[in-house]
Amino acid sequence: MNPLMIFRWLALLVLVCGASLAQADPLDDTLAKFQEDKFPQTALAISELAVSGAPNAAAILAALGDNRLFVDPGAHQLLYKTPAGDLFDARTNEKIGSAPSSLKKVRVNNALRAQVEAAIGSLTLVNPDPAKRIEAAEAVFKSRDAKALPAIDAALAKETDARARAALLQARGAIVVGDNSAPVADRLAAVEALKVRSDQDAESLLGETVNSSTVAEVKAAAQTALASVKTNLQLWGFAQNVWYGVSASSVLLLAAIGLAITFGVMGVINMAHGEMVMIGAYTTFVVQSVLPPSLQQWSLAISLPLAFLVSGAVGVLIERLVIRYLYGRALETLLATWGVSLILQQTVRTLFGANNRLVAAPAFMSGSFHLGGIEITSGRLWIIVLSIVVFAALQLVLRATPFGLRMRAVTQNRRMASSVGISTALIDMFAFALGSGIAGIAGVAISQIDNVSPNLGQGYIIDSFMVVVLGGVGNLWGTLLGALVIGLANKLLEPVIGAVLGKILLLVFIILFIQKRPRGLFALKGRAVEA
Amino acid sequence: MNKSLTRLDWIGRGFLVLTIAVAILAPVLALVPAKTSMFYLPPYLVALLGKYVCFAILAVALDLVWGYCGILSLGHGAFFALGGYAMGMYLMRQIGTRGVYANPILPDFMVFLDWKALPVTWWGFNWFAYASLMVVLVPGLLAFAFGWFAFRSRVTGVYLSIITQAMTYALKLAFFRNDFGFGGNNGLTDFKDILGINVQADSTRAALFSISTLGLALAFVVSKAIVSSKYGKALVSIRDSESRVRFLGYRVENYKLFVFVVSAVMAGIAGALYVPQVGIINPSEFDPANSIEAVIWVAVGGRGTLVGAALGAIVVNFAKTFFTGAFPEYWLFGLGGLFVLVTLFLPKGILGLALATTANRRPPAKPEAATSAAAKVSEVKS
Repeated sequence: MNPLMIFRWLALLVLVCGASLAQADPLDDTLAKFQEDKFPQTALAISELAVSGAPNAAAILAALGDNRLFVDPGAHQLLYKTPAGDLFDARTNEKIGSAPSSLKKVRVNNALRAQVEAAIGSLTLVNPDPAKRIEAAEAVFKSRDAKALPAIDAALAKETDARARAALLQARGAIVVGDNSAPVADRLAAVEALKVRSDQDAESLLGETVNSSTVAEVKAAAQTALASVKTNLQLWGFAQNVWYGVSASSVLLLAAIGLAITFGVMGVINMAHGEMVMIGAYTTFVVQSVLPPSLQQWSLAISLPLAFLVSGAVGVLIERLVIRYLYGRALETLLATWGVSLILQQTVRTLFGANNRLVAAPAFMSGSFHLGGIEITSGRLWIIVLSIVVFAALQLVLRATPFGLRMRAVTQNRRMASSVGISTALIDMFAFALGSGIAGIAGVAISQIDNVSPNLGQGYIIDSFMVVVLGGVGNLWGTLLGALVIGLANKLLEPVIGAVLGKILLLVFIILFIQKRPRGLFALKGRAVEA
Repeated sequence: MNKSLTRLDWIGRGFLVLTIAVAILAPVLALVPAKTSMFYLPPYLVALLGKYVCFAILAVALDLVWGYCGILSLGHGAFFALGGYAMGMYLMRQIGTRGVYANPILPDFMVFLDWKALPVTWWGFNWFAYASLMVVLVPGLLAFAFGWFAFRSRVTGVYLSIITQAMTYALKLAFFRNDFGFGGNNGLTDFKDILGINVQADSTRAALFSISTLGLALAFVVSKAIVSSKYGKALVSIRDSESRVRFLGYRVENYKLFVFVVSAVMAGIAGALYVPQVGIINPSEFDPANSIEAVIWVAVGGRGTLVGAALGAIVVNFAKTFFTGAFPEYWLFGLGGLFVLVTLFLPKGILGLALATTANRRPPAKPEAATSAAAKVSEVKS
């Protein structure tokens, strides 16, 4: 090897090293641009800082946005103040004890402030926490800010988490899909990402692309993706409505099942049943008002049995004082219990006032989560659980206890039951107490999702009647089926023809259904039918 | 048929004479004496009494189906309101260009909703005769369709009561909708003329009151004729034992359907007389609670007596007016208590009680009279 060659090699080495030395910290350049304190330079610096990966980039940018970034003209230093007032060196990120005498603020205008915000958003794209990254990607998706594109690409290159990667791809897709100047391959990938996302935002973005795209290929891809997204959305929308329907059904079931019991056993419709529900709701309110704050989390656990007892006791009173004297006169019982319901409403109005009372939801019952494309509120979920538990418990009482056996006997044939020694009067009383008590439990559940007011019961009573009439009294499964049919039909008709029209149709359907099955879905068989 | 008159028949005759006397006397008292005279009947009282009389017609109609045929309709308020809407639509069309928007054809609420043409349902309502026909036809046809299905399918007892309630509830929801075309939430109001005469003039009010009272008398006569006939006896037997009557070969559903339709038409006419006197009709008239309240009027007065039903309507509504004015807090206690106490202690109502107490003193003159099921306030098994 000749000396010239060695020299050349050395020169090359020096050159490379020199270049790498010069590039060793572009951050210095960036920070120097801030020090110039000219708007165009600051703008450039913000973009550079955002992709620099400097650990304190977010702090510097936040300081800039809040007018807390300063230049020390003497020392050529960039300093920033924390919101607490401590001063830091932007380059070394070390705390500075005493503030230099002359500090000059780095000026920002509104355009720069907007840029700062976008930059801070893209900074979190590289946050070590994947959840934070997804959040940031989501923010970019919503803003569709083209300036975030380099940051997204940088983040994508490093991204390993599958979900965060999908979120980043979607964010990228939102930016490039409608951009006719972007490369076709990019846009096709964007269409694909949006198709994966498959929500309303994706739908509207794809819709826009179909309308605006000048590239036939992209347009066609967007069209197919749009169709698939639409089907997907419809399916999820349907699933969501089914969920709403099941949720409404569970409330209906709770409200109606007590009515079905009393109607089945005694053949009377208790028009004051809605007021039993209301009493349960007010019991919850009273429990919450008297409990000390430390026990508030147990308020529902205390309210459930208490509401059962309170409503059940009121039910016993009504049965003892009114209904038992009207035995065999079902229609008069209907009128008398209507009178009782008016009295109970007015009593509660006098005691608690006519205004709505606020019943707080405990922590475990508030909030919601997503299951695929369905949003599920925890409160509603718990009410469904409660209704299933109540239904199962009732079935158990009816099938597996001596009391249940006697109750079924009276339901099927009162006179025969009486002949074999069952005290029908006692069974009547307990059945009424049980039915009313369950209404009280329904009241606790309803207090979580509806206004607690003296009129609360009235809102549920007609629907409960429909459930009982539809389901029949032969079997509790009839009540369950009736509640499911009415709850689901209500919520599935709602988006198609509106809530009120849906309800009207449902009422007409029930009126017609009764013509076909005058005793409901599950009628009692045998001689008991002909009264 | 038994020619002898029971005491209830005598009460009925007295009631008829009274209503006709009131129908003649009231306009005289309202228009002739000076305003300071003690005999003067002020307009507000005429309107109030007119309202009571319309409720009394509704009560008689309800008594016809419930008291005599055992059909507890919790939806008679719907027939009442439908009749009222038919009349209200006529009165709306009479407003003409005097509305806020001065549209000669469309009522104000339609102009407000930006409708361009009158909906089909409103055609013809500028003619009084057509509107009157609809007052009869609409409730009648609804009752016919409803009863045709319900009675044929043998929907009885509590189930029937519940679906009549469902019917009126569904209608209430429908009439609340703006696009249903009957004024939505606000209903129909701000009436000006009826048959070219100012509907709010004292003389018109007096005349309307008079007509309503005569309407009550007519409703009573028609109902009485129905329940006193052979047909009426069949009705009472259906009330007391439906299956037995069916096994004897009667077409129970036809009997029920006829009386249900007649009753619905009566209720419709009551509503039509009610609307011009109170000056408004809105969907709250369809409220199930109203229908149930009408049932309690009948129960208070005494079901299966017709006169008692009318009496009950007037007494209860008078009490309502008084209590809601004097002690608004306690009216619901009173009304609720009335429901409970009457069903528990007065199953035959005021009139039944009065008849029973006098009956102890004077046994019926002839044994045949007591067997006349139609005129007897009998123990009811429902």
